[in-house]
Amino acid sequence: MKQTYRVSIGLEIHVQLKTRTKLFCGCATSFGVPPNTCVCPVCLGYPGAMPVMNREAVRLTLVSGLMLGCSINTYSTFDRKSYFYPDMPKNYQITQYDKPLCLDGIIDIPMTDGGRKPIRLIRIHLEEDVAKSMHESSWSGVDFNRAGTPLMEIVTHPDLTSADEAAAFLTALRHILLYIGVSACNLEEGNMRCDVNVSLRPPGQDALGTKVELKNMNTISGAHDALQYEIARQSEVLDAGGRIVQETRRWDVDSGVTIHMRSKEDAHDYRYFAEPDLLPIVTPPDQIDALRRSLPELPAVRRERLARQYGIPDYDASVLAADRALADFFEAVAQRCGTGKTASNWIMTDVLRLVAAHETPVTACALTPEALVELIGMVEARTINALTAKELLEEAFLSGGSPTEQVRARGLAQVSDSGALDGWVDAVVQANPKSVADWKAGKQAAAGFLIGQVMKLSKGKADPKVVGRLVGERLAQQNG
Amino acid sequence: MELESLTVRTAIDGLRKRQFSSVELTRAVLDAITARDGVIGAYLWVDEADALKQAASADAARAGGADALLLGVPLAIKDILNVEGQPCTCASKILAGYRAPYDATVIARLREAGAVFAGRTNLDEFAMGSTTENSAIQLTRNPAALDRVPGGSSGGSAAAVAGGMALAALGTDTGGSIRQPASFCGCVGLKPSYGRVSRYGLVAFASSLDQIGPMTQTVEDAALLLGVMAGRDPHDATTLDRAVPNYAAALGGDLKGLRLGLPKEYFVAGLDPEVAQRVQEAVESCRRCGAEIVEVSLPHTEYAVATYYILASAEASANLARFDGVRYGHRSAVAAGTPLEMYLNTRAEGFGREVKRRIILGTYVLSSGYYDAYYTHAQRVRTLIRRDFESAFMQCDALLTPVSPDPAYLIGATAEDPLKAYLIDIFTVTANLAGICGLSVPCGTTPAGLPVGLQVLAPAFDEGTLLRIGHVYEQVREVRS
Ligand SMILES: [Zn+2]
Repeated sequence: MKQTYRVSIGLEIHVQLKTRTKLFCGCATSFGVPPNTCVCPVCLGYPGAMPVMNREAVRLTLVSGLMLGCSINTYSTFDRKSYFYPDMPKNYQITQYDKPLCLDGIIDIPMTDGGRKPIRLIRIHLEEDVAKSMHESSWSGVDFNRAGTPLMEIVTHPDLTSADEAAAFLTALRHILLYIGVSACNLEEGNMRCDVNVSLRPPGQDALGTKVELKNMNTISGAHDALQYEIARQSEVLDAGGRIVQETRRWDVDSGVTIHMRSKEDAHDYRYFAEPDLLPIVTPPDQIDALRRSLPELPAVRRERLARQYGIPDYDASVLAADRALADFFEAVAQRCGTGKTASNWIMTDVLRLVAAHETPVTACALTPEALVELIGMVEARTINALTAKELLEEAFLSGGSPTEQVRARGLAQVSDSGALDGWVDAVVQANPKSVADWKAGKQAAAGFLIGQVMKLSKGKADPKVVGRLVGERLAQQNG
Repeated sequence: MELESLTVRTAIDGLRKRQFSSVELTRAVLDAITARDGVIGAYLWVDEADALKQAASADAARAGGADALLLGVPLAIKDILNVEGQPCTCASKILAGYRAPYDATVIARLREAGAVFAGRTNLDEFAMGSTTENSAIQLTRNPAALDRVPGGSSGGSAAAVAGGMALAALGTDTGGSIRQPASFCGCVGLKPSYGRVSRYGLVAFASSLDQIGPMTQTVEDAALLLGVMAGRDPHDATTLDRAVPNYAAALGGDLKGLRLGLPKEYFVAGLDPEVAQRVQEAVESCRRCGAEIVEVSLPHTEYAVATYYILASAEASANLARFDGVRYGHRSAVAAGTPLEMYLNTRAEGFGREVKRRIILGTYVLSSGYYDAYYTHAQRVRTLIRRDFESAFMQCDALLTPVSPDPAYLIGATAEDPLKAYLIDIFTVTANLAGICGLSVPCGTTPAGLPVGLQVLAPAFDEGTLLRIGHVYEQVREVRS
């Protein structure tokens, strides 16, 4: 008899921290350089070499912990985790076992009903990454450029109950880490990797079922698909009266299935013990407070504040708050032009259109908040029309400069003085008797055509509102 | 120039006064090695051309006005410290072919001070042993008695200095490996406090216990070398940022006002009577120099050897994991289907029996199910041993003890009984467990002519007191047997 099982999913996420140098040596953390060119005796595990702690990696981990609501261990230590593998330079990894830098913490994930669900974190700790093995047909090689890159490991409680929730969690985590800038979080480049534990149990059973660990998911959708497959697989086993065995399975993206990798009996005894070459990390409460004060506002908090402070719609606020640079840009513009709604309209439609069209984020484009404020000011004052404004915006986005200067230098100010416009209107009306006749016959659209002709004659500089009024008046006169 | 009459101090003076050049001095050391080391076996590697080239550039620097403290002074280096471009075998087959790509921090500092690195000395494989018989490469004989061991693990360094084949040498001390061979061969050996000298570039045996120190003919030479080697190193996080006094300049005076303790647990049955007598005579000399002698107690001494072998082996099991044939050193030629097979073959061929024994012991004590009974328990006892010393040093300024319960053993005498061999370290391992400093000073010989060493122990970072006591004693010592 088929039944619905309760699913419990826990995640272990490894995030490469964005530091200039590796965790224990001065080698650069770089990608895409020739193999074994960013290495030294320390990260190659040469005899006699010793680790020295990268303080920036510690700071980024503490900042992440504070942003995710963790408590900080004032006394944190490093340990050696022993196992043999060619990608491990020392055949032990320096990691944190029982005194990690951060404990507890919460990440809210959005639910389909519009609500939010808190997912509890167990811990966040700092460790070194391993090297990369490369397998050719007749030989294998190891590239140690990655060895010693700082990795932050985030471990959750088994609070997630579906593949969708797990994907939502990973997306939310990625957003936050990108927002605070601690990692590039590029899953394809391996900046962010995740292992998954999943167990099923019948409704009414309190104790968690036997857990299975999944590895080798390189994307969020990969993690989602692997979980979906694994939940279905375990359900079938249980439905058929079978037992789940504790094991580690590998997600095979090509065939879309999970495959047995090793069972519990093969589990390593890692023989953790305190790393004698590193001193404990002591972070006194006043340092934690100072760090807390320096934190950027979390997206959720900022979203609410933007909506309240600038009177913009919730949707606009959430789009802006999701991208720290974009939100900073918005606030700079809104504060200068005095109206949040207008600033948000411009950014949400025109600026984001340019961002998408040129694949250039707001941080990398040439547009300054000052330039956008000038443009908005000229449109509000009807010095230029909307068409000119869009052209000038694209120019400023690509090449920078002051739109006010451009308008002055190129005589782009719109013409709204009826004296100058009258001549163009007369000329158009005289040149298009058929349209006038159509209008008289009741075809309202003919007026629009005439207005367009005037705009064309003015090379876009005419104020469309004034032109519309003048054309209307002239046609009325013809009628009379 | 008579090499036999030179110390580091007098060599410095002679070089400064241009009585001889560094090339002449280095040549004399190389000649002594050629003449005597075929029998003694202290050195594993000497490159005459390279040593003379270093000496020639020291001479050229001096001609150009340079006057660094050790400019042109040749030193012997235990083959476990990285000297750029030189081999560093740790007396193990597993590091065959390895050439150090960098200088250890102590080497860089000595190089900066002008020292010449003349050759590399033998040791127990990876410093695991007390007789140098665990070297996978060669046997070293005690220059004072050729049928006896030089002690260990820095046996090559001690034999080179005592045998007149080096002005001074560097050793390393994890559980007595500087002090005990110094006492067996009859030279001075100093184990600095943990954190006083950088370990960067020392191939780690037990990281929480290892220290590098000088092995010399006089206490003053040890003070001179320590002054160059000591101090905070950004590459070793466990070095402390404490001022380095001018140890050599502070020597002199007498022992008035100093209170010296005799730990009763170190003067017990089982101590060789000749050794006991030499040490008692040394204690009397110190009393005559003005020291007040008191009895103290270090109650947890009997647990020290077991504690030491659990902790040192645990750390060694991880430290030696890196020797896998992947990146450097020996790799088994036996065809392997998997990396694991390659590791097994390489390590089976590359490591000697004692090293394997300690890796297995260390792996065992860290295994789940045994961890608390051994490793955690040993950590607690280590704390108790440290506290023993803290309370002893509230009653006295330093301790006087024998270095070893026996004089040098006959070659082969301890080889068949590792447990007995471990107990040789009973008076020396405590200083490493407590992180304090220790000095071995010759205090005469047995009637058979075997050297005996007096151990002086002082609180952490009080090398000044240690050297002062050793120096005063050395001046009044009546050499007798
Ligand atoms: Zn490196």
